[in-house]
Parts: sequence; structure tokens; C-alpha cells
Amino acid sequence: MPGQTMVEKILARGAGKEKVRPGDLVNVKVDLVLGNDVTAPVAIKEFARLGLERVFDPARVVLVPDHFTPNRDIPSAEQALALRRFASRYGIVHYYEVGRMGIEHALLPEQGLVLPGQIIIGADSHTCTYGALGAFATGVGSTDLAAAMALGELWFKVPPTLRFVYNGKMPKWVGGKDLILYTIGAIGVEGARYQAMEFCGPAIEALPMDGRLTMANMAIEAGGKCGYIQPDRITFEYLEGRAKSSYEAVYSDSDAVYAETYTFDVSSLEPQVAFPPSPENVHPVSKARGIRIDQVVIGSCTNGRLEDLRIAAALLKGRKVNPRVRLLVIPATQAIYRQALAEGLLEIFIDAEAAVSTPTCGPCLGGHMGILAGGEVALATTNRNFTGRMGHRDSQVYLCGPAVAAASAVAGEIIHPEEVA
Amino acid sequence: MKLEGKVWLFGDNVDTDAIIPARYLVTTDPLELARHCLEDLDANFARQVRPGDLVVAGKNFGCGSSREHAPLALKGAGVGCIIAVSFARIFYRNAVNIGLPILECPAELPAQLSPGERLQVDLDQGRIIRLAGGSEVKASPLPPFMQEILKHGGLIEYVQARLQNDGLL
Repeated sequence: MPGQTMVEKILARGAGKEKVRPGDLVNVKVDLVLGNDVTAPVAIKEFARLGLERVFDPARVVLVPDHFTPNRDIPSAEQALALRRFASRYGIVHYYEVGRMGIEHALLPEQGLVLPGQIIIGADSHTCTYGALGAFATGVGSTDLAAAMALGELWFKVPPTLRFVYNGKMPKWVGGKDLILYTIGAIGVEGARYQAMEFCGPAIEALPMDGRLTMANMAIEAGGKCGYIQPDRITFEYLEGRAKSSYEAVYSDSDAVYAETYTFDVSSLEPQVAFPPSPENVHPVSKARGIRIDQVVIGSCTNGRLEDLRIAAALLKGRKVNPRVRLLVIPATQAIYRQALAEGLLEIFIDAEAAVSTPTCGPCLGGHMGILAGGEVALATTNRNFTGRMGHRDSQVYLCGPAVAAASAVAGEIIHPEEVA
Repeated sequence: MKLEGKVWLFGDNVDTDAIIPARYLVTTDPLELARHCLEDLDANFARQVRPGDLVVAGKNFGCGSSREHAPLALKGAGVGCIIAVSFARIFYRNAVNIGLPILECPAELPAQLSPGERLQVDLDQGRIIRLAGGSEVKASPLPPFMQEILKHGGLIEYVQARLQNDGLL
């Protein structure tokens, strides 16, 4: 019998089985279930129809009002209120109010809630972020969230696994975002549909945790069910003093079967930019040079972490945002915000004449805080550039990493960071 | 389950932001969501769609976010079934979970169809019949497990039945 991948092993364990194979339908116990102020209100309505007095485990349900908060208008305030009331009624341990809240996929790992070997579902497509820590994590809808809150389990089809090997050493200004954009450009937005993506190789082994979270975060943009990196020294260091409970790391067997293996050499990779209206329209930054921009957003569950802010600040220090451009910087959590303050990063952003915001998903999905008018062009470290994603249907979004975003905010047009540094 | 309806044609990679833009995600009411369904792709859809109409699309339908508001908006609009070459996986789950029928069809079908033509769909057998001309196309029926959820009317009804069975309700 051939070996199994990390995901197959985790799902087998969750299903109480010795082994599972791609294509098997399994019912698994979940370790953590997540909802936010957009998806949980639908789930709460569905959960109410079950007439249950309790959720399966109040310590394993996480609710984060991060999308339209601080409340954008009365209907979104009502949704946040529904979340708050549900959390109070069912004694939800991990409910994060505004002021303690952060963008969910930055917050949960930071709080030590995400651990290797876990099975995590979230009613948010970017739940796949947690694969960076060696968990099986995937996005589901609100009704799945309701069912999981009731039963503590959910059905899955075991996905085949694609293996992505990144050789070489990443050049300066290239990070996790560039690797994942390049990958999506190579395989397309349905290149990993229904499949797991295993990221490995020397470049991944050298990649800091923030960059790993960015990569796993965008597995969904290739259609992936999950994206993951097997736990290693960087994972264990990240979890040191942070992990809320003990855990057991799981690894792919050396004779595991992969549906396909892709091998990339990153040694001469340029920073990457995804052109509208699809995350697969990826080009090296040199091909985007000179595209004029109206707004730059540095933040989101993809690139709102400390490392991202440090890279942006290094380029913005002593410089001003181009007068034609609005730069929004959104630290993804309160802890990141505080650390950015302590390191003097926020002062650099403010001196550069950027607007610095409290944590929110806001502009990424055209929710609030930075919506685009018709004809406007944004460059963002976010994850989607679909038509109308950040506002008006005639606006456009280009995607990139924090270095290209910061440098371009100064230049007023898309530019290689090297030209500003 | 057999359905019959008029075809609305869409292309590849119809994303959930196109199905229901995020600006409308402040309600959970399917009828309210339906008023804005697909409006950035086809301004006429929400106004002219009739109960039982069929949405036919290319590959990767429903890619992007996990918002269940996307299938809810289509269901609220009265769409009888979504037929696509392939579906993004979260949308696929969500549609089944809320009791909205979906069917995967051969890659060449969408290009052969005309907007407005009528189809008959047999969900159990995975058959699509073009009423003008009577030609038949074989599609992939949902796996039995998912047909079971659809037959209960959705996942919540399915879970209810299970909880009752286990004596928990």
C-alpha cells in the first residue's frame, strides 16, 4: 500500500479510520469552526431551525465580526448584533469584539487557536490560510457552519493532492505573495479545483510564517480545497508560547501519491502582479510598469501581517505617497497594530500621508473603507480582483505584494520596488 | 426530480462577487438578494428571470468567496437548476446544502444552447433534453449522498432527521 499525504492522514484520523483515499466520502470531527459577520448571520438563522439549546462545544466555535466592522451602516450593525447575541446566548468562548477583533485569518493563528494536525472549517473561503501551520482547513458556507456548530462534524470528499516544489533562493523584494500569484498564474483559477495543494521545497523551508500564511491563504484562488505546508522548525517556533493546547504534527509519507507535481525555480522570479479581472492574469511587475493607480491598499487576510507592514514601511520611510494616490494601510489585528506602533511603522505611514485604519476586511470586498468609483484603479495586497470587487463595476483592481504596493504608492503608478528603494 | 425551464447562458468562471456583490451582503433574505442577482453581468437577469428558469454556464461556476448568499440569491430568483461544466467546490456544497439543484454537464453543451431555449432536466438520471428538436445530453447526476440531502430539502432538514434519529431532538 502506498503512503498518504498530510491531508489524507488528517482526514483519516478525523474520520476514525486507518486510511482514506482521494474520492472517499468521510464524516469527520472538526476541531474548530469559524464564522464572521457576513456568513454567521445566515448560519445563525439556519441553526435556530434546529431548535438546539447548545452548540457542540462553545470553546470550539469562533466568531469574528471583521467584514463590515466597525459597523458600516444599520443593516451591517444588525448583523454584528446578531453575532454578539448568539455568542452571548451560547457562551461562545472565542468571540472577538471590535477593539479586540482582527481579520479572522490573521487573528486565529496569532491567538494560538490554529494547530498542526487539526481539522478546521470556516464560513469564509480564506479559511484555507491555516494550512500554513499544517492543519487541514477549508472554507464552507453558512449552512455547513450551522450543521458543524450543531454536530461538531461535517462530511468531506477526500481531495487528491497536488505538490508544488519551489527550488532556489527568493530574490530581494519577492515574498510569499509573489510565489502564490506566480503559481495561480501557472495553473489557473481552477487549476487546483477540488484538490489539496502541498507547498514545499527549499524556498518554502526558508519562508517566514507570515509569507506561508499568505501562500496558503490564496489556495482558494486556484480553486483549491486547501493549501498547506508541513510543520517544521519555523512552525514550531511560531507556536512556542502561543499554542492554546497540545498538538500532534502530521506529515506526508515519503511514498505518498500526488495527482501531479509542479516544480518551479524562484531564483530569478520578479515580483508578480495579477491584472483584473482574475487572479490568474499574472505578469511580472516589469510588464505592469507605468499603469496609473488611484488607490493602494496594504492589508487584508492575505497581506496585513507584521512582516508585510515592515516591508511597506522600509520603502515608505522618508517618502510621501504620490499626491494623486490614496494609500490605505490596515494592520490585520490589534496585536499587529500595537507592534507596528511600537516599531515606529505607523509613524512612517502617517508621515508618508497614508490613512491607517483599525483592523477590518472592509475595502478588500468593496465592503466599506476605500470603495472605488467608476473608472478608478486600485493596486492592493488583497486576494481578489474580480469585476466590481472593490466597488463600482467599472473600477479595476491589480493584486501584488506589499513591496510593489508601497513603492507604487510613492510612484503613482505600478513600479518595481527597486526603482524606489 | 424533473424540471423544465428556459435557459440563461453565462460564460466561464462566474464568481460569487458577480452573482451577488458584497455591497448587498447585509441581508439574509433570498428575495431581497434576488433583486441584485448577477446584476453586474446581466442587468436584465434579476428583472426578467422567471420561476423555474435554468442558469447554464461554463467551467468553475461560483468561484471566489464562500458567501451562501450567492446560491440563496439564485434560489430566491426562482432558478430551478444550475447547469455548468464545473462548479467551484464551496458553491457546489452550498447549493446542495440549501436545496438548490445543480448538474454538471459536458464541456460542449453551453456553446450549443441558445439563450431562452427550453430544457427538460432529470436530476436523478442526469439527463438534459432540448425541447426544440428533442436531443438528449447525458450529464453527471449528483452522488447519491448529495441527492439524499437535496431530497430532504437541504442540509438542515437532513441534520434534523439525523438528530431525531439519534434522539437528540
